[in-house]
Amino acid sequence: MLSRRRCFAAAASRIRPLARAFCGAPASGAPRSQDHSHTKKVAGVKAPPDVLDVAIVGGGMVGLAVACALSNMPLTKHLKTAIIDSNPALKSRGYLDKNSTPDSRVSTVTPATISFFRDIGAWEHVQQQRHAFFGKMQVWDYTGLGYTRYNARDVGKKYLGCVVENKVLCNSLLLRLKEELDDIENVIYPTRLVSLTFPLKSRQAGMKPASSEPLSIGHTTEELHCSNLVKLDLSDGRMLYSKLVIGADGSKSNVRQIASIKTTGWNYPQSAIICTVEHVVENDCAWQRFLPSGPIALLPIGNNFSNIVWTMSPEESLRHKSMSPEEFVKSVNHALDFGYGPHPRSTALDHYMEQFFSGIGNTATSTKECFEVPPKATGVVSERMAFPLSLMHSHDYVSKRLALVGDAAHTVHPLAGQGVNLGFGDAAALAKVIAEGVSVGSDVGDLTLLQRYEKDRKAANVAMTAVLDGFQKMYSVDFGPLNIVRAAAFHGAQYISPLKKSIISYAMGDKKWPLFP
Amino acid sequence: MLRRALLSSASPLHGRARIPRPSHSPIQALLPQWSRYASVASSSVPPQPPPPPPPSPPRGPSRSGDGGPTVSSLNPAEVAKFASIAETWWDSSGPFKPLHVMNPTRLSFIRSTLCRHFRRDPNSSKPLEGLKVIDVGCGGGILSEPLARMGATVTAIDAVDKNIKIASIHAASDPTTASIEYCCATAEELVKEKRLFDAVISLEVIEHVANPLEFCESLSALTVPNGATVVSTINRSMRAYATAIVAAEYILRWLPRGTHEWSKLVTPEELVLMLQKASVSVEEMVGFVYNPLSGEWSLSDDISVNYIAFGVKKSEASSTNGREASLS
Ligand SMILES: Cc1cc2nc3c(=O)[nH]c(=O)nc-3n(C[C@H](O)[C@H](O)[C@H](O)COP(=O)(O)OP(=O)(O)OC[C@H]3O[C@@H](n4cnc5c(N)ncnc54)[C@H](O)[C@@H]3O)c2cc1C
Ligand SMILES: C[S@@+](CC[C@H](N)C(=O)[O-])C[C@H]1O[C@@H](n2cnc3c(N)ncnc32)[C@H](O)[C@@H]1O
Repeated sequence: MLSRRRCFAAAASRIRPLARAFCGAPASGAPRSQDHSHTKKVAGVKAPPDVLDVAIVGGGMVGLAVACALSNMPLTKHLKTAIIDSNPALKSRGYLDKNSTPDSRVSTVTPATISFFRDIGAWEHVQQQRHAFFGKMQVWDYTGLGYTRYNARDVGKKYLGCVVENKVLCNSLLLRLKEELDDIENVIYPTRLVSLTFPLKSRQAGMKPASSEPLSIGHTTEELHCSNLVKLDLSDGRMLYSKLVIGADGSKSNVRQIASIKTTGWNYPQSAIICTVEHVVENDCAWQRFLPSGPIALLPIGNNFSNIVWTMSPEESLRHKSMSPEEFVKSVNHALDFGYGPHPRSTALDHYMEQFFSGIGNTATSTKECFEVPPKATGVVSERMAFPLSLMHSHDYVSKRLALVGDAAHTVHPLAGQGVNLGFGDAAALAKVIAEGVSVGSDVGDLTLLQRYEKDRKAANVAMTAVLDGFQKMYSVDFGPLNIVRAAAFHGAQYISPLKKSIISYAMGDKKWPLFP
Repeated sequence: MLRRALLSSASPLHGRARIPRPSHSPIQALLPQWSRYASVASSSVPPQPPPPPPPSPPRGPSRSGDGGPTVSSLNPAEVAKFASIAETWWDSSGPFKPLHVMNPTRLSFIRSTLCRHFRRDPNSSKPLEGLKVIDVGCGGGILSEPLARMGATVTAIDAVDKNIKIASIHAASDPTTASIEYCCATAEELVKEKRLFDAVISLEVIEHVANPLEFCESLSALTVPNGATVVSTINRSMRAYATAIVAAEYILRWLPRGTHEWSKLVTPEELVLMLQKASVSVEEMVGFVYNPLSGEWSLSDDISVNYIAFGVKKSEASSTNGREASLS
């Protein structure tokens, strides 16, 4: 009786077994032309292409964080994952030397990022390498009208943030990944992405049975399985198939471009100079001063070293890059002290502000801390690098079988050190959504699933992008009246505890939206 | 017949482009609906007198001469409705959008009830490994595929041959779902073959069958003693009428008009009693509520519109069935 019924297991055992590995040929009815080229190319390769659940393009901090989060959760650790990146740093398998000179590329990680690293088991590796916690932060500007000091105490925390070299963050994630995986060498593909081919838009087209025979005889089972996956061509000639591609390949994302996802953004007429400087004493505070051309930040990085991120015009950045080290150090110390204007002190404005804000009925004990001058730099110990600054936001973070994370989805002004923290937020959110999908048996590349990640992150990222862009505009225009407003903002932040708390919380990544706590 | 339906639904006049048609009032919509469906499926000729019996009835064994009235739950008009829109099963913004959107929510209910009942690790990525599960009225396989990814050994049946074809082809493109056994059959036919499953799941089907009580009895007969039976449907309440039918079918245009007929809807009390009569005791029942702001569904105590019930087949019911589906 059973035999008379139209009954078939979907895999149709009658499909003949794999003869040659040319997986890319689509199922019945679809155009074949575009596939001829690789059919030929691959005919000589013995091994069939790898078929993955998740292919991560870009093994920077954010790409590694996604891999690490996925390998750490019970629901996702079985997923077959690959990281594609030719960066030689991915070959490291041990701790970086704590006594070397710190790299000039550093990140200020927020408590939210730290707790994410703890959750995925990577923070203990950071702790074994160089990092510097800071509990104080001072922000002021060159007009001498205002300053504000943040203290971790004010928000009941032990620290405000931690400065870690990017290579330490990458290495810690890598070491954690190695612990979680049987064989990390099978997961890292030390090569680059050349092209991506997405499955036909409407699979219906390929699906409509042209004859009454639904499963096209003449295609291999593998062909059928791959027809619905993304094909990745790599620069070493290999190709992969994956259910989901994660674009973690930085601000110039190849993945985003191939998927033709549009972006909005502009270049700021500014560049940032970054480098490492040395002091005679240890620096324990994050300093940021707004100068007429943009902010300069001095961040502690441990062992009497600090990191400089100094924003200025592109011409100025070239000049500062090429000047002698002695001249540069002088210029830094000048910029962090009396350069461009006086130290802020108690002024008539200060008094006015005090009166103004006391009317608001603020009961919190906001202690007015004294302005301090940052420790002097005694030498520049790294190469000076200059980067043009830009703001970019991707219109979509996801499409079918694709998700963008980190700088591939958004770059912000590096002003508040939020860039990579937003990226880690993306990584955590995406991994969580994938785990939720696995728990209910979804295809990990399912668009409706990925849209939940997009919804979750877009709001947070857009808010931060707008805040930082607003800050950038507010602090880069040198109009008299605006300076007063700006100073008032500083004073406001200094005096009103709740507002200040909310600014700190937001910058620390605890809050979703700064103004509506 | 099948050919014709395929061809006509591929013609540009149909698909999802709206063909201007005389408007129907909601009152009319409550009348038997199959004629409207059949007209979508069969030709581009504007409204005709009701066409002949709907296309693509199941080609089950029952049709091939052995005579027994085994298709008691089958309602030909209902089957025609689904045949006419079969192509669109996997279009997540097409007529089956509500099922796609609801899917994670109902699967999380199924996952948690089955994990508890069969003592499975809820943190496992394949918690249903080793369980034989049947999806009755699987449509395009929207539910069957996730069940297979969760590790279950899935058999999926539907009365519409075209649905089964679409479901098989879709599932074949992923090795983890390629093992699903799809059959064009009714539950009654499998009962006749004495097939048994650890879990029998039939979501959004009972409101489309001719005889819900007999349908419940079939579901029960397919379940091993102590096995699980899961059923979901739409309530017959004023709110369900307002939301599910008027809103979904007429205002939001999520569902093709006439997908649901008021008089065929089953209330939670009726469902519990029918299952009870069929030796399945309902142990858990929750509602699904739609949040129009987030566009997501969530589980809730409110069973006034959409609801799902988890029941356990009584063990004393039949020892003759044999208990060895695959438990343990
Ligand atoms: C001057 C400056 C200062 C900054 N300061 C801070 C700060 O203080 N705090 C902070 O949080 N953020 C800061 N940022 C931002 C931060 O550096 C970025 O947000 C962060 O590096 C983004 O990480 P990512 O993993 O998304 O991308 P990236 O770090 O850019 O990594 C991309 C990776 O993809 C790989 N890749 C690219 N193309 C391909 C391809 N085709 N195939 C394979 N692999 C590919 C690359 O090799 C690279 O390893 C700063 C940025 C700048 C420019
Ligand atoms: C609303 S769909 C539900 C599909 C699927 N269960 C889901 O929830 O995703 C109802 C399905 O039940 C099928 N159906 C209706 N009556 C049936 C019967 N008596 N036996 C088997 N399937 C039937 C229809 O063909 C249709 O595919």
